[in-house]
Amino acid sequence: MGVVKLELKGISKAFGTFYANQDIDLVVESGQIHCLLGENGAGKSTLMNVLYGLYEPTAGQILVDDKPVNFRGPGDAMAAGIGMVHQHFMLVPVFTVAENVALGAEPTSFGGVLSIEETRKKIREISDKYGFDVDPDALVEDLPVGVQQRVEIIKALVRQAKVLILDEPTAVLTPQETDELLDIMRQLKAGGTSIVFISHKLREVKAVSDVITVVRRGKVVGDAPPTASATELASMMVGRPVSLSLNKAAAQPKETTFVVENLTVRAANGTNVVDGISFDIAQGEILAIAGVQGNGQTELTEAILGIQEHVTGSVVLDGKQLLGLPVKDVLRSGVGFVPEDRTVDGLVGPFSVAENLVLDLYDQAPFASGISMKPAKVAEHAKAKIEEFDIRTPSAGSAAGTLSGGNQQKVVMARELSRPLRLFIASQPTRGVDVGSIEFLHKRIVAERDVGTPVMIVSTELDEVIELADRIAVLYKGKLVGIVPAGTPRDTLGLMMAGVGPEGGSDDQ
Amino acid sequence: MSATTTVPRSGSTALPAFRPSLKVPVSLGVLALIALVFFGFLGSDKTAEMKISDAGDAVAVPALMIPGQVGGIVLGILLLAMAAYSIYRWTQGEKSPKWLPIAFAVVFVFALLVWIVAGARQPSISLAGLVAGSVTLAVPLVFGSLSGVLCERVGVVNIAIEGQLLGGAFTAALVATMTGSPYIGLIAAAAAGAVVSMVLAVFSIKYLVNQIIVGVVLNVLVSGLTGFLYGTLMVPNKEQFNTPGRLDILPIPLLSDIPIIGPILFEQSIAGYLMYIAVAVVWFGLFKTRWGLRVRAVGEHPQAADTLGINVNATRFWNVTLGGAIAGIGGAVFTLVTIDSFTKDISGGRGFIALAALIFGRWNPIGAFLASLLFGFAYNLQSILGIIGTPVPSQFMAMLPYLVTIFAVAGLVGKSRPPAASGIPYVKG
Repeated sequence: MGVVKLELKGISKAFGTFYANQDIDLVVESGQIHCLLGENGAGKSTLMNVLYGLYEPTAGQILVDDKPVNFRGPGDAMAAGIGMVHQHFMLVPVFTVAENVALGAEPTSFGGVLSIEETRKKIREISDKYGFDVDPDALVEDLPVGVQQRVEIIKALVRQAKVLILDEPTAVLTPQETDELLDIMRQLKAGGTSIVFISHKLREVKAVSDVITVVRRGKVVGDAPPTASATELASMMVGRPVSLSLNKAAAQPKETTFVVENLTVRAANGTNVVDGISFDIAQGEILAIAGVQGNGQTELTEAILGIQEHVTGSVVLDGKQLLGLPVKDVLRSGVGFVPEDRTVDGLVGPFSVAENLVLDLYDQAPFASGISMKPAKVAEHAKAKIEEFDIRTPSAGSAAGTLSGGNQQKVVMARELSRPLRLFIASQPTRGVDVGSIEFLHKRIVAERDVGTPVMIVSTELDEVIELADRIAVLYKGKLVGIVPAGTPRDTLGLMMAGVGPEGGSDDQ
Repeated sequence: MSATTTVPRSGSTALPAFRPSLKVPVSLGVLALIALVFFGFLGSDKTAEMKISDAGDAVAVPALMIPGQVGGIVLGILLLAMAAYSIYRWTQGEKSPKWLPIAFAVVFVFALLVWIVAGARQPSISLAGLVAGSVTLAVPLVFGSLSGVLCERVGVVNIAIEGQLLGGAFTAALVATMTGSPYIGLIAAAAAGAVVSMVLAVFSIKYLVNQIIVGVVLNVLVSGLTGFLYGTLMVPNKEQFNTPGRLDILPIPLLSDIPIIGPILFEQSIAGYLMYIAVAVVWFGLFKTRWGLRVRAVGEHPQAADTLGINVNATRFWNVTLGGAIAGIGGAVFTLVTIDSFTKDISGGRGFIALAALIFGRWNPIGAFLASLLFGFAYNLQSILGIIGTPVPSQFMAMLPYLVTIFAVAGLVGKSRPPAASGIPYVKG
C-alpha cells in the first residue's frame, strides 16, 4: 500500500479582502495522525477545502510526494489519494449506503448500467475489516449519525484514499461514538492511512494525534506535541491565557421553587419519549441533565416550555402550574430558555442582532408603546448587551445569522438573561462554540445561579456537565436513571448514560 | 412541595392509543357509500353495453352487458367491502395495504362508467375506443411530464413545459410543411423544445434567476412568438407553412388485432411508440444507470455530488435540455398526429396538466405515465359522453376526474416528496 506525503507551501485563500488562510505551511507525514487545532472560524475548514480541490488557493502550492499538484476539483484530489469527511455529511439521504458509496466512482457494466453489487461487496469487505457494522442496503436517512460518518469514511476508503481529512468529526457524536471513532482512526493509521484531524476539542486531540498544528485567525501559530497540556494548547488557540476550569464556588441552595413531577411526553409513534420524570431544583442551584443525545432531552425542555403536545404530569414554578399554559405565559412567569439549536429556535438569522436581542420583549415597554416599536430604545439596549456579553459583531444592525457560532450563542444568552428570571433553562449552551466563548458563557450561567435562580442545564457533553453541575440527573430512553451529586466519577456517569443505575443511588437523591 | 396535579392537554389525560391515520379508511368509506347510493340505488335500470372489440377486428369478443342498477349495487357493495377491510385494518393498528386504494379506484371508475353509460340516451360505449382515445390524448401529457421528471430530478423546476410543447407543436408544423416530411418536423420539434429549455437552463443555472419566474415568462414568450408567427406567416400562406401532413400510423400485424391492448400498444404512429420507449428508457436510465444515479444525486444533494467530482451545473444544463427535447416531441403530436395543422395556443394548458401528472406520479417516470393516462382518460370521457348524451351536464363530467384526482392525491397516495434540491440553484462554496 503506497503511502503519501502531503505538503502545503504558503497557502493563502482570500474571500474578497478577507484572508481565511494566510501563508500556511503544513507537512503531513505518511502514516501519521496530524491534528489541526483551532477555534471555529480559524480557517481550518477553508484550508482543507483548498487541499480537497473545492476552493482554488489565492497563492501557494500543494505537493504530493514532493511533486507539485494542481487540483481543479475534488476529482483531482481523490485521484491523488486524498479523501475527505466533511463536517456536514455529503450523503444523499434518500440513497442507500451502497448508492452513496458508488456515486461519482460507479462500477458499471456495458452502457453505463450500474453494477451496485460490486460496491456492496467492497462495503462489506471494509466493514468487516474495521468492524464498522454497516448494511450496504440501508437508507442513509434511517441511520444514526455515527453510522453515517462511517459511511463517509468507507466512501473515502473505497476510493483508495491514502490521506483522510476528517473535518470536526466528533462535533455530532456522542461520547461513546467519539471513542469508537478514535479507535477507528488508530486502526486506519495502523493500516497505513494518514489522517488530518480537524478539531477544537482538546481531549480528543491529545488522545489521538501524533503532531498538533495550531491555527488562529487564518495563520499557523505553531506546532505542539500531543503531550502539551490542555491549558497550553487552549492558550495557543485563543491567543491569550485561558483558564479551563471554572473554579466556581460551592452552591448555596435555598428554597426549592421548581418542581417537576411524573412528566410524560408521548411521541407521534405512541412511545413515551419522556417517561415519568420527577425532579426539583432549588434557588441558587444548577441541575445538569446528562445523557446521550436523543434520550428525551429535547422533549423534556420543550415540554416545560409548553411547545410539546401530549404532555401529562406536573411542572410547578413558584407554586404555579406551568403545564397547559401558552408559551408566552410560561416565559412571562420568568422562565429563560436557551434552545438546543440556536440557528433553528434561538435566532431569526436574517434579523439584526439588535432585533434578536428583543425577540421576547419587542411588544413591551420600554421597546414598544401601543402598536409602535421604539428603535432608539432597541438600539440602546443592543449597545449595552453587546458590550456586556462581548458579542463580536460588525454592528448592532448586522444580521445575526452572519455571526460566528459563539457570538450567536451570546446573543441568545444575552436576550434570555436580560429579564428577571425565576428559572433558567439552557439546552446545549456551548454546542459549536469556541473555547474562549465557552469560558464566558459558563461564567454567566454560574453568575445566574449565584443571584439565586434555579438553573437547569441540558448537555450531551460530559465535560460540561461535570464543570457546571451541582447535581446531575441522567436520562436514558426517556427515563431518569438517577440524580447524583457533583463529584460523581466520570465512569459512574458514563455507565448511567448507558442505562445502568448508580450504586446505592436512588431516584430522588 | 405541591401536590401532584395532572393538567390535561388536548382534551383528556388519557392519551389515545397509537393508530395509523384514518384518512384512507374514511375516504374509502365515503366514496363507497356515494357509489352505492348514486350508482346503485339511484342508478338507471337500463342495461349498459360495453363493446370490447370493434367491428373490423380479427378477434371478436362479445360485448359486456351490465344492468345499470344491479351492476351499480354489486360494485357498490364490492367497494364497501374494500372500505370495511381498510377500517378493519385500522382497528388492528395497521395501515391499509398499498394495492387497496388502487383496486378501489379502478372499481370506482368502472362503477362510475356503468352509471353514466346506463343513464345515457344511447346506453352503449366502446371500451376499446375509450381506452385507445385516452392513450392518444395522453401522449403529449406523457412527453411533457417526462420532461418535468428529468428537470426536477436534477433540481430545476420546469414550469415551462407548456412553452416547450407549444414550441414543438409550432416548429413541427412549420418544418414538416416546408420540408414535406413529418419525420423531419418531429426532429425539428425536439430541437425547438430543447432551445426553449436551454433558455430556462441558462437563466436558472447560470444567472440564478428564480426558476418559476423564468418558466412562466417562457410560457408567455413562446405563446406570443408562435401566435405572432402564426398570424403573419401561417394564416396568409397556409399551403406553404401550415399543411404538415400526419405521421403515418404503423400497425404491427396480428398484435394490433388484440382486443383493447392491440390498438393502444401496437397501432400507433412513431410518436406513440416513442412515448413507450421514452418512459421505459427514462425509468431505466434514472434508476439503473450511472447517469441516473448522478442525476438524482444532483437533484437531492448537489453539494455531495460536487465533492465527488460531479459537475453539478453541467449535469443540470444537459438534463434540462434533454427534457425540453422530449417535451418538444410531445408538442409535435398536436400538429402531426391529433390534427394536421397549427393553431394559436394549440397546447391549451396541457403543459400544466403534465406538471400535475408529474407530481401525482411522484417524480417517477412510470408514475407520471400512469397519471398522464388518467388525465387522458378524463379528456376522452368528456368528449365521448358528449356524443352518447348523458343526463349530466358535460361540464360536470369534465370536472369529475379532477375531483377524483384531488381525492387520490390528498387521501390515497399519501405524502409525496419532491427531490430535495428542486428549485434551488447551486452556488459553490
